[in-house]
Amino acid sequence: MFDLDIPFFPEQASTIAVLTDVFTFGVIGLGLIIGIIVVILMISFVVRYNHDTTADRTNPVDEHTTLELTWSFIPLVLVLSIFVWSANIYYNLYNPPSNAINMYVIGKQWMWKIQHPDGQREVNTLHMPVNQPIKLTMTSEDVIHSFYVPAFRIKQDVLPGRFTVMWFEATQTGEHLLLCAEFCGTEHSFMVGKVIVMEPDEYEKWLREGQTALGANAAAPAGQTISGDALFTQKGCVTCHKIDGTQGLGPNLKAVGTQVELDTGDKVDYNEEYMRESMINPQAKIAKGFSNIMPTYQGQLSEEEIILLIEYVKLLNGGK
Amino acid sequence: MNTNITSVSQTHSGTEAAKMPEQHYLNAGYDLKSWLLTTDHKRIAVLYFILITFFFFVGGLFAALIRLELVTPKGDLLTADVYNRVFTAHGAVMIFLFLIPSIPATFGNFLIPLMIGARDLAFPRLNLLSWYVYALSSILFVTVVLLGGVDTGWTFYAPLSTSFANGYVVLTIVAAFFAGFSSIFTGINFIATIHKMRAPGMTWFRLPLYVWGHYATSLIIILGTPVVAIALILIAVERVFRIGIFDPALGGDPILFQHLFWFYSHPAVYIMVLPGMGVISEVIGCFSRKRVFGYKFIAFSSMAIALVGFLVWGHHMYVSGQSVYAGMVFSLITYVVAIPSAIKVFNWTATMYKGTIYLQTPMIYALSFIGLFIIGGITGVVLASMAADVHLHDTYFVVAHFHYVMVGSAVTAYLAAVHFWWPKITGRMYSEFFGKLAAIITFIGFNLTFLPQFVVGYLGMPRRYYDYSFAPEWQIWHAASTLGSTVLAVGFALPVFYLTYSLIYGEIAGQNPWGAKGLEWEEASSPPAKFNFDKMPIVNQEAYAYDTPARGQTHFRGVTSRESLSIPPTSAETSHI
Repeated sequence: MFDLDIPFFPEQASTIAVLTDVFTFGVIGLGLIIGIIVVILMISFVVRYNHDTTADRTNPVDEHTTLELTWSFIPLVLVLSIFVWSANIYYNLYNPPSNAINMYVIGKQWMWKIQHPDGQREVNTLHMPVNQPIKLTMTSEDVIHSFYVPAFRIKQDVLPGRFTVMWFEATQTGEHLLLCAEFCGTEHSFMVGKVIVMEPDEYEKWLREGQTALGANAAAPAGQTISGDALFTQKGCVTCHKIDGTQGLGPNLKAVGTQVELDTGDKVDYNEEYMRESMINPQAKIAKGFSNIMPTYQGQLSEEEIILLIEYVKLLNGGK
Repeated sequence: MNTNITSVSQTHSGTEAAKMPEQHYLNAGYDLKSWLLTTDHKRIAVLYFILITFFFFVGGLFAALIRLELVTPKGDLLTADVYNRVFTAHGAVMIFLFLIPSIPATFGNFLIPLMIGARDLAFPRLNLLSWYVYALSSILFVTVVLLGGVDTGWTFYAPLSTSFANGYVVLTIVAAFFAGFSSIFTGINFIATIHKMRAPGMTWFRLPLYVWGHYATSLIIILGTPVVAIALILIAVERVFRIGIFDPALGGDPILFQHLFWFYSHPAVYIMVLPGMGVISEVIGCFSRKRVFGYKFIAFSSMAIALVGFLVWGHHMYVSGQSVYAGMVFSLITYVVAIPSAIKVFNWTATMYKGTIYLQTPMIYALSFIGLFIIGGITGVVLASMAADVHLHDTYFVVAHFHYVMVGSAVTAYLAAVHFWWPKITGRMYSEFFGKLAAIITFIGFNLTFLPQFVVGYLGMPRRYYDYSFAPEWQIWHAASTLGSTVLAVGFALPVFYLTYSLIYGEIAGQNPWGAKGLEWEEASSPPAKFNFDKMPIVNQEAYAYDTPARGQTHFRGVTSRESLSIPPTSAETSHI
């Protein structure tokens, strides 16, 4: 009835997994040392000072400020050291290396839709190359989900209405569980997929063959029906946002740098989140020198279309 | 220092049998009206006790369904929807109807006036009202469950709760709202009582630490509960009127809800555990026959936990999409709040040093509390660490951790309180043998249930999954946990039988069956009189002055044959100061 290989420890399949494990078991170990000392003391007191023993009970103490300060100060130093260690790992988790490949993830009740940089799409599987940082730009079409790969020790909530970002670098080829960790309704426990880590050349091959050649991806929707540039014309973006170098009513999307100066004088990063916000909530951040005339595209663009447009605009800027 | 002094306080008046007082609060009226319209804090405590015990077992029943479903990897016992409703009901009932009111509404109500030497709480009618509001809330919860339940999880995360969940979300929110008001009433009452109604000589630093625990808890209740009440109302507003507050499709922000929710719901953990820590201080002091070590440090650590505890809520949101820097600040403050908890554990341990220790039932529960709280605390520090939490958030590791705190600590402390003050409340003793047996079974069953969940959580099992057929190798841990939960259920069920039995056949307890210090033991009968004390108690001692004999009549039963031979019984009169 039971599998006799009792699992004690999850596979370590990413660069971060080792760091997380060493950290976690380091903290547990430290805690256990203190905890076990306390328990041993407690048991020895219970035995030694049991009411029917004749142990020495002279000069009992019920106050000792130095002792109190010592056992307040030592744990404080310990937890502050733990904090520095933890913060260091956590900060890196949210700062993807510049050579990371960007992929998009859309969560919806109850599936994961993934889009590769070249436009290939798949559902509930994510093919990726080994030893290559991958950055995921994620959003949800409905409720909050959470993208969780236990073998990588990473997790990030996926929110409707905005992008969240995570990154990881796999160190082992093979299949790893992909789970939704945030309760998202009836079929929450079936919002499960696989991350398939491949050798780089195999991944290239997989990309070229496209999902139709791979039986495992037959469930994926048919290849993209409309391209980003067609969408750019069809949705009327091109009316104001000229791409031929002339100046329109809106900013020229071809000549955007890495930062955008706003009419408030602030500067914001010109990234996926800003582009997304500018389509859904264009009044939020107005580029300097332009007036607040763009209508919202909320409800008129699906999350997939938004991603196509972002990728198209990035292409105009040399793929950045 | 006289080594005999501790022994003298164990006055054993074996010669005169304990007698029930002629007049006490239980026989002050037998008709339904005398109970349902009572303003006596002790009777209201009993009313609470009955309802709360009932809902503890209701919540336990839902837990049993969860554990049964998870024995097999496939979801085969319940459907996905029913499972989601079951775990929501388990969480909501246990938190809103059991844990939050558990110690404050029963033992807080019963004991605070007795401990500080007052006739009643400051606002007796408000106290009765709080029980009725609680009862109303519980009726609404039962209605929700009977109608088919709700499947948002007890956390009500938007936009799932506002735009997607079916179920009776609004009705559940109204129920939680009422439960919140009931605890606000209790909190106001306790603060006013502790400030204004202490007996002459009962200075702040003579208060039992249990009262300090309740004071800190009441502050959290009245400052935090209104916030969650408003957050829940906003959920209802968005759900019913489609006004965009949290759902981005309507222009809202789902993270905002999480901030509002955890601003209360993290301090709520301290509402559950601070009174429990107070209980442990009383029990450790009494059964070590020693003044609790570091009184002021323990008292101030309760206040520190209550205040700093308001600044740590974001540690529930490290992977939610909140800013990395916010995560770091919340993590830092969370580590800081771990220190006062550690201080308490060290102080309890130090209290036993050179004490005179009696391993009676309440003490077994108290020691079990410390052991389980240490594990809850260590795993708490792990989860407060962002690096580990990214992996462990929303897994069974978290489930195991918070059960160590809320069941291992809060419920164990509650049971310690039940067994410590049962003779005071009912005037009867229960079977010491079954009491110890239940305490040990509970400790073993609890660890068998929740230790495996740490492992399966680290393996990656998410919370709120009813099917894990994608990883059937996890089954052994779930099966072990379910097996443990049956042992735990026996441990929780046993007291129902021997305590009920004791009501009728139990030995008469006498005024002070433990040889304990404190006004409730030294100045009030068991059960106490309707207005608690015959005359206004005058306090001229520190709390836990176990180096002086207990006043009043003591019928201490813990003395072994060897001691009763060597120490002549001292009559109660000679030990009176």
